[in-house]
Amino acid sequence: MKTHVHCTINGNETDFLADSGGTLLNALRDDVGLTGVKEGCGTGDCGACSILVEERVTCACLIFAPEAQGTTIVTIEGLAEADHLHPLQETFLEGAALQCGVCTPGFLMAAKALLDKNPDPTETEIRYALAGNLCRCTGYDKIIRAVQDAAERMRTNTNGAA
Amino acid sequence: MTITDEPQAGNETPGYKWVGTRPIRPDGLDKVTGKARFGADLVLPNMIEGAFLRSPHAHARIVSIDTSAAETMPGVQAVITGADFPSPDDMAPGDAFQAMKIMARDKVLFEGHPVAAVAATSRAEAMAAAKAIVVEYEVLPHVGTVGEAMADDAPLLHDTLITSGIDPAPDTPSNIAARNLLERGDLDAGFAAADVIVERTFTNKPVHQGYIEPHAAVADASQNGRANLWCSSQGHFDMRSMTAKVLSCPPSMINVTPAEIGGGFGGKTTIYLEPVAILLSRKANRPVRMVMDRDEVFKATGPTSGAEVRVKMGVTNDGTITAADVWMALEAGAFPGSPMGPATMTALACYDIANFRVEGFDVVCNKPKVAAYRAPGAPISAWGVESVVDELASEIGMDPIELRLKNPAVEGVQAPYGPAFPRIGFVETLEAIRDSDHYRSPVAPGHGRGVACGFWFNIGGNSVATVNVHEDGNVSVITGSPDIGGSRSSMALFVAEELGIDVDRINPQIVDTDTIGHTDVTGGSRVTLSAGKVVVEASRKVKADLCRRAAKAWDCDIDEVEWVQGQAQHISGTESPLSLAAIAKNAGRTGGPISFTHAENVRGAGAGFTTQVVDVEVDEELGHTTIVRYTTAQDAGKAIHPSYVEGQMQGGVVQGIGWALNEEYIHRADGTLDNPSFLDYRIPVASDLPMIETIVVEVPNPAHPYGVRGVGEAGIVPPMAAIGNAIERSTGCRMADLPMSPVRMLEAINERNAAAD
Repeated sequence: MKTHVHCTINGNETDFLADSGGTLLNALRDDVGLTGVKEGCGTGDCGACSILVEERVTCACLIFAPEAQGTTIVTIEGLAEADHLHPLQETFLEGAALQCGVCTPGFLMAAKALLDKNPDPTETEIRYALAGNLCRCTGYDKIIRAVQDAAERMRTNTNGAA
Repeated sequence: MTITDEPQAGNETPGYKWVGTRPIRPDGLDKVTGKARFGADLVLPNMIEGAFLRSPHAHARIVSIDTSAAETMPGVQAVITGADFPSPDDMAPGDAFQAMKIMARDKVLFEGHPVAAVAATSRAEAMAAAKAIVVEYEVLPHVGTVGEAMADDAPLLHDTLITSGIDPAPDTPSNIAARNLLERGDLDAGFAAADVIVERTFTNKPVHQGYIEPHAAVADASQNGRANLWCSSQGHFDMRSMTAKVLSCPPSMINVTPAEIGGGFGGKTTIYLEPVAILLSRKANRPVRMVMDRDEVFKATGPTSGAEVRVKMGVTNDGTITAADVWMALEAGAFPGSPMGPATMTALACYDIANFRVEGFDVVCNKPKVAAYRAPGAPISAWGVESVVDELASEIGMDPIELRLKNPAVEGVQAPYGPAFPRIGFVETLEAIRDSDHYRSPVAPGHGRGVACGFWFNIGGNSVATVNVHEDGNVSVITGSPDIGGSRSSMALFVAEELGIDVDRINPQIVDTDTIGHTDVTGGSRVTLSAGKVVVEASRKVKADLCRRAAKAWDCDIDEVEWVQGQAQHISGTESPLSLAAIAKNAGRTGGPISFTHAENVRGAGAGFTTQVVDVEVDEELGHTTIVRYTTAQDAGKAIHPSYVEGQMQGGVVQGIGWALNEEYIHRADGTLDNPSFLDYRIPVASDLPMIETIVVEVPNPAHPYGVRGVGEAGIVPPMAAIGNAIERSTGCRMADLPMSPVRMLEAINERNAAAD
């Protein structure tokens, strides 16, 4: 059975037909074509499919596709604004915070959710906020530093604008 | 393009403009915006989805398979079993084992062993149909550990397996696939000369590579026997040749295109899905995608070996290690091929020991066939040896680094596995840690500090590179080495350095098996060395050609032309320099396209060493160990892109921390896996860890044009022993079984307390 789902994804009104018992992850990847959302486990343990649903970081593998009805969703494909990278994307690149890159979309979305709520997190706060995202390549060191650098850049930009 | 050139300890970058800098990686933008296409991301027109039926038993005879119900289910396009594959009976033994791993024939040998596969118009339909296949099993007794498998009356996995490496060969089959023996000197005399002898037995459980991207492949087979395959692997040429063997077809009939790879650590150097996807595609006459779920990854793809290692070493009171006797048995899983060889060869490679014996056994058991995992085998033997070396140091009252500095492998010392070492940097890594801020700072009250060392050979091997100069003077560099951790950047840096042009004018590409010559896997720590070497050689051919064209333009001898900062100059200064762009623009009129290839089986890998120090705090009520501070020093030879060198060092250490403290395969009594998920198989998360401090040591490899050694592997070798040694110095408990989980720590603390009462 298919269910018609209407929602806003990355700023666009979007309609898709989803398997009623299927996950939002499968719908985003297979029906909407947003393959930047990665599947690492399908059980909510790795965070590779982290997206923002109503500004909350969420594992897309843990919710049914029909639950997305009427919501506002941001995926990795919507993190940059036009050709302006989000500061997190910039600092991940500059700080070599990715090796294979498959966990990167999930980390970026989880880190965005953190910095949107807490613009000046401590190292410990960053480590706990990202504890639901697994990276097997980096040992997390450069990821944590990239989030710290992005937070500083965003604070400076905000202050500069004010 | 942002370039930073932060000073690094030991990184002096003499005379290089690009090598040793930290440009943004060429594939980075696609990877932070979700555009990069990994194995599971490819969609082809008319594509259908595949799924497996896997064995629920660790060991069973297949009595019958009935696929009739599955074949008529909705959406089903093809169903295959072992009977659809060429018979392993007609293959060489190693190939036959590979074929039996891909799809079971008369027996299943591990839980998760594929028994049948289905392709259907959706994954859900394929999974439902696989479930509808009826298999009758006769469950057989299983063997789970080397101890069980080596017992005289053990049930046999393969009734034709005769141990190799024993003379004369045994006349009866067993579960022991192979034995390796390394010996030198007089062991008895060595132990007689020792003042202190320590002897202990160590164990570890299988641990998984834990790459975040599950295996994925898409196959599109044509009726003329050709097939296109897209997969995420560490080496698409090896995927092709292994797949061709299982399908008994010429490798050139398959073209493999590499997807971006979401982590491998050795585990993606072998096939699981590829021949199955091709066969399903052939039968359905449609492209087929197969993607594993995490449960399948844990149950059916390569962990590394569980093992037992017995170590006996002797030392004099002044710190000379006089003898070492090491015995080990490593689980291969269901088919021969544990990393017993490198485990024995690396066991004592850090030290110059006159008298030693190292004996190893490769043992099959009813678990998934192991696959390579970062420095395969080396962490297993180092866990034992580096723990015992630490205990020797304690027993004679010597600093553990000082003891190692008294017995180090240095240039000219004959490695335990044969050749004399050329210039190596082991001592430099020991000195770097000894002189580090970490080691010089006091150990906090209640904490413990441990040190351990590690070795990895590094390797060379077959690589090919083509360098093309475009009409605008920009350059593509093409290789067949999948980029698993930033190697595109290193390739671009080599070209930039050689041609003297900005690194962002260089476009590194990794292409399919029909487009570039045979290239070995990304593994063994070989890409920066070997692919780097052929990229440098191809660039030098380009440079020579550019000079030739300039000489022609100036009607002078080529010896009068030199290539300086991206342009040809006449040594007299009488001609206006010709830039790369200017020469490229006229290429058609000066000899044709500028394109050069270099292919080589690269030799001269430089051995890699690392020394690491860790401070831990053990909660004696909970048994939980916290990593308080960690510093690693590793000899990179030359760090081409220092950020990614540090990243390899940090990543290796953290995998080792997981192996030390959390990670293990837990099996039930029936041989099935109890923890096949990231929830229950717990790899380190960000909140478990401190920053991992790195010291990049650079003792150039004399056999490489830029001194590269390779840094991917050695980092995972010391952490288990370093942490065990730190725990011992904190708690007095000498740990012998991995992981040192809270449960095992509490047992050890309780035993210690009972002994004190």
